[in-house]
Amino acid sequence: MLAQIETLPVNTPDVDWAGLLPLAILGVGAVVLVMFRSVVKRLPADIETQVVTLVGPITVLGMWVAGGYAGENVPLASVRDDVGEPAFYIGLLVVMGVAALLVRTMQIGLDAAVTAGVGLSAISAVWALWDDRFTSTGPFNAIGDQFGVDGFSLVITGVIASAVVLVAFLLDDYLRREELDGPEMYVLMLLSAAGGVVMAGANDLIVLFLGLETLSIAVYVMAAMHVRRSESQEAGLKYFVLGAFSSAFLLYGIAMVYGATGSTNLIDIRIFLDSVVLVDDGLLMAGFALLLVGLGFKVAAAPFHSWTPDVYQGAPTPVVAFMASAVKAAGFAALVRVFVVTFGGYSSDWQPAVYALALLTLVVGSVLAVVQRDAKRMLAYSSISHAGFILVGVQASSPEGTASVVFYAVAYTFLVIGSFGVLTVVSGRGDRATSLDDLDGLAARRPALALAFTIFLLAQAGVPLTTGFVAKFEVIGAAVEARSYWLAIAAMVTAVVSAFLYLRIVLSMYMGTAAENPADDGSRIHPAAALAIGVALVITLGFGIVPGPIDELARDAVPHLVAAG
Amino acid sequence: MSDFLRSYLTVAIFGLVGFALVGAFLGLGRLLRPDKPNLAKTEAYESGVDPTGDMWSQSNIRYYIFALLFVMFDVEAVFIFPWAARLEAYEIFGLIEMAIFIFILLLGLLYAWRKGVLKWV
Repeated sequence: MLAQIETLPVNTPDVDWAGLLPLAILGVGAVVLVMFRSVVKRLPADIETQVVTLVGPITVLGMWVAGGYAGENVPLASVRDDVGEPAFYIGLLVVMGVAALLVRTMQIGLDAAVTAGVGLSAISAVWALWDDRFTSTGPFNAIGDQFGVDGFSLVITGVIASAVVLVAFLLDDYLRREELDGPEMYVLMLLSAAGGVVMAGANDLIVLFLGLETLSIAVYVMAAMHVRRSESQEAGLKYFVLGAFSSAFLLYGIAMVYGATGSTNLIDIRIFLDSVVLVDDGLLMAGFALLLVGLGFKVAAAPFHSWTPDVYQGAPTPVVAFMASAVKAAGFAALVRVFVVTFGGYSSDWQPAVYALALLTLVVGSVLAVVQRDAKRMLAYSSISHAGFILVGVQASSPEGTASVVFYAVAYTFLVIGSFGVLTVVSGRGDRATSLDDLDGLAARRPALALAFTIFLLAQAGVPLTTGFVAKFEVIGAAVEARSYWLAIAAMVTAVVSAFLYLRIVLSMYMGTAAENPADDGSRIHPAAALAIGVALVITLGFGIVPGPIDELARDAVPHLVAAG
Repeated sequence: MSDFLRSYLTVAIFGLVGFALVGAFLGLGRLLRPDKPNLAKTEAYESGVDPTGDMWSQSNIRYYIFALLFVMFDVEAVFIFPWAARLEAYEIFGLIEMAIFIFILLLGLLYAWRKGVLKWV
């Protein structure tokens, strides 16, 4: 018996380190940050300012090295060839100087600066992988046949990394205001993002589950991070208990699919399903159902949405921004890869279920949002209705549908981070002032912020010239293409219903009479938070007016399963 | 009897033998030992803690931290044993992998230590 074990070979997979770079940057960034903060707890204030300023140029260098390592050539090689080497390197030094200056004017803490730097380096690696590897050689495998790099996973990785950068900017001022300063939140966010990246590229159901757990467990803790607020504790516990429950569903679904197909590897599963006609497919159908429940919980699809309002209302506002953007994007990435790509041949079996889920999610999200009195709760329900829209794209089970999902994920990430970013600033000390009454007369107190919030809300409602409109347009277009006419009509009707809710918030901001709000002292918005909101605003409006670039990106972001070879 | 059921027959026999053994030894003990019960002796043993009380009894939150750290190193051992048994096959690759794994776990300990949770105040 023992001798038999001895002769078994140990298969170490082929690893493409460059393909793993975005994941490694996020993970190693988290480890290094917690290590540094464990050894050096607190720097003297003046030294900390100097170190933070240094993070700017180091980030530029990090982006440079990451891009150069992931790609075929040093970044911006064509520019170097155009202007010549000396001018190019002087330009690089100038950029580094500007970065230092920018970090200094942002008055940002060290942890937030490092987190943003890590996120930006990951984005740079993603960009280099896309530009130099993916567009020239197509999708490839990073670890054996377990973890793939394709356009789809790259775009989702980019979305998650962008969410990390923007939320780090929002968190900085928030944590100081709530006296929760510390590296924990940032470390957890980076770990969670790493889990999301694993989910986006997983080519195996078990790897997918690992990514999902890494993503979720960190977010459970983040939700409960506001230690002096009982709602936050409640949110963390609720999310944890229900999340653990849904993970069990997912795992059971994986077991069922394994039982039906004999593999947990998505490539093997698809090859099996394409070549074998199952006489009795009950086990596979049960697996579909359980997988759909598990992933539906993560993306907050009705009827698995009941945790969303409580958790979104209780959790710290910047954390909600992260939950609604990165976690949702990763969840939909998994949903598309598992259902649309792997189980594509069985789409007639799972499409009706997703159809029903999408319809229910749209109706629940928009109708229940109308009766809420709290802006965070309203936006929680609106995030449910957005999940319904993305499900409409998943339901189409076509290249157009997948492209519309990618577009929606990109657009919604910036929309929702902007919206919750505004709420972070407005909610005031204690993170409580988020009811509609507290927003009364915001336009008089903080006109710029109210205008930004109005634009975000209009974009969520789907008003033209914003990314929200284009995203909804593409999703409904994909549904029509797939001949799901009634679903498309339902989506449009619920969009009108939820427009009422967004306009109600706008109305209370502009028509409200309350001149003073005790929670909001009207102090200047922290520059880093303002930058995050500004970036989200520029992307929402810019790509709303010129949607071409994201649209092309979404169309190129085709999910692929590459067989090991 | 089908092969499928026959394989469960082994389980059933094994279970029966187990029950018989436990019953035999407990019965033997009962026959041999002196029997002088008192209140303290008949109480259920609960690691020295009072076994009855309120359902909402409070336990010291510090136990929780130690339990967490214990689980951490327990899980580490679970991974290290099979790895150690096959170290020769995994070669240098396995060594580096395990070094990274232990490093991350030690980092958790370092963090807990610097956070001051190991101090019994």
